[in-house]
Amino acid sequence: MEHKESKIRWGMVVDLDKCTGCGACMVACEAENNIAPTTDSSNKLRTLSWMLVYELTNGKAYPDHDVAYLPRPCMQCGKPSCMTVCPVTAIDKNEEGGIVSQIYPRCIGCRYCMAACPYHARYFNWYDPIWPEGMEKTLTPNVSVRPRGVAEKCTFCHHKYAEAKELARAEGRDPLHLEENDYIPACVAACPSGAMHFGDLNNPEHTVYKMAHEKYAFRLLERLGTDPQVYYYSKREWVRRQGDNYLKTEKTKGA
Amino acid sequence: MIDKAWIPEGVQRCSIGRFLLWLAFVGIFLGWGLYGAYVILSQGLGTTGLDNYFGFGLWITFDLAVIALGAGAFFTGFLRYILRIDQLKNIINLTVIIGFLCYSGAMMVLVLDIGQPLRAWFGYWHPNVHSMLTEVIFCITCYCTVLIIEYVPLILENRVLNKNRFLHHLAHNFHVYMPLFAGIGTFLSFFHQGSLGGMYGVLFGRPYAFREGFFIWPWTFFLFIASAIASGPSFTLLVNKLMELMSGKRLVDDATKELMAKISGLLLAFYIFWKILDTWAWANGLLPKAGLTFDQMFYGLAYGKWLLWTELLFCGVIPAIMLVVPAIRKIHGLMYLAALLNCTGIVINRFVQTVQTSAHPVMPFDVWNVYIPNWAEWSTSLMIVAYGALLMSLSYRYLPIFPKEKELNS
Ligand code: SF4
Ligand code: SF4
Repeated sequence: MEHKESKIRWGMVVDLDKCTGCGACMVACEAENNIAPTTDSSNKLRTLSWMLVYELTNGKAYPDHDVAYLPRPCMQCGKPSCMTVCPVTAIDKNEEGGIVSQIYPRCIGCRYCMAACPYHARYFNWYDPIWPEGMEKTLTPNVSVRPRGVAEKCTFCHHKYAEAKELARAEGRDPLHLEENDYIPACVAACPSGAMHFGDLNNPEHTVYKMAHEKYAFRLLERLGTDPQVYYYSKREWVRRQGDNYLKTEKTKGA
Repeated sequence: MIDKAWIPEGVQRCSIGRFLLWLAFVGIFLGWGLYGAYVILSQGLGTTGLDNYFGFGLWITFDLAVIALGAGAFFTGFLRYILRIDQLKNIINLTVIIGFLCYSGAMMVLVLDIGQPLRAWFGYWHPNVHSMLTEVIFCITCYCTVLIIEYVPLILENRVLNKNRFLHHLAHNFHVYMPLFAGIGTFLSFFHQGSLGGMYGVLFGRPYAFREGFFIWPWTFFLFIASAIASGPSFTLLVNKLMELMSGKRLVDDATKELMAKISGLLLAFYIFWKILDTWAWANGLLPKAGLTFDQMFYGLAYGKWLLWTELLFCGVIPAIMLVVPAIRKIHGLMYLAALLNCTGIVINRFVQTVQTSAHPVMPFDVWNVYIPNWAEWSTSLMIVAYGALLMSLSYRYLPIFPKEKELNS
């Protein structure tokens, strides 16, 4: 499959040394993207967590014990393994920004994309979405609600991208040259510790560009070749080691 | 016997009472499965044991397995009509029916397995030409149609139906064109068996299943074709044996059975040679490239190494030898045992390629998960088996499937 390049590459950089694992990003994401509350969320493998915070540990005993928290949205892969496999073209990588979209009314729910995504970033609607009475008033108007039986995932809140472009147009600015703070996904906006950054990875003026080019930046499972648009950052070597499957003999990136 | 007029001339069948009793037994499973299907379709896939890790489970394993085992239909058809191995005419009807049952059964399961059954036709309407699944959808439906075309003349051979002049000529004409359909069937099967393998082989984010290859196909494309044509004839032999045991009749002559076993054995030997090479290349080339070791690919009992060794050695090398060596093949007990091992190996292969592939944690901080199918998946899978048993029983009772039955039992 050819690698999809775009002029603008919206991307995220998460500073894992700052993330406290508070889960605000998860909550913000659910609220923003109209994810219905689950009546029984005891089965974590059935919940819809477009943004999921993983707990990482260095596996050592106290006092050397250390943990890190890793928020995982959809990586908006440059070479999305989910996209080529979908039999009905329900997935597309946008030429303008590189966001991997999901066309819900097209999806037949075969779940092949879920089998293909190595990040478990795709979720399936196992149940009919039900909002408690009155709660429908809190739904985000620009985000479609999904029926039972389709696959879904994080979209970097691309409705916010559309809104930002509209606003720019209305103000007479070029919608293809947005300012750094014009378009911010809900999770990034909600992060209380300033661990998450968002912007154009191709624009040297954006923070994400600078951070992604730093020595301690890495991406998950880089060697598989999915080319994610989400970067992580950590000065701790053991954290970076968990970003990819390192063989014992291999040197960590950034070390 | 009230249905005597419908039973092929000159053969013996059990009494209608006994037959109905058997159908009632099959009906229990059909009923349970229909209930399961109703629950799934009305309440969604949340009623199954599948989850976000295991989007693919028992159903996919079942589908892939029956499609491989049903490959006897196209491959025997190819040998009979295209390579003109005449002796296979004694078993060809059976292979066609098995093929039809396997494919139509798999398609029924697929309808349950997709989250939006009403959109199933999107596969034809909005096809993604890059997806192996698109190829599977097209080829399987076309091939299922071919199998119907091959099955219909058999039905028209029924004693009562065949008295009708129109139906008689129709059946005759179908027969005349059978080599053509066999050819189309071979072409279609070749591609979808391959694409089914390709479906998993292209998952570059899943090192357990990912394989490189040549041109647009990963190796698994070819391995799936080879394993299907190796196990198909063995499965036909087993079904035939089961029918002989249940009916107390000899249905196919020994020479034909042994020929099927030989074909199966040679193909299995060919397949297992490449499969072992593939496993070696995967362990020594692809895994280290993904930063993984061979040991990391296995976990506990559910996904242990025992599965791999059983697949390759006990259900691969050993039955291949047993089926290829004439002295062993001639002892029928051993021949059937080898056929059973052969089929088991292919089922294990389809299981690990789908379920173990999903279970393996690709991210280093992720964990293994174990999948257990629940009643809804079991009941519907058993329903398909029951559906096969029902159609096979009716076909055996009322259609002249086995040209040698009269002669062998006189
Ligand atoms: S992270 Fe998964 S869902 Fe997102 S683009 Fe990549 S493969 Fe697709
Ligand atoms: S579940 Fe939907 S989006 Fe995913 S591969 Fe199937 S049809 Fe495409």
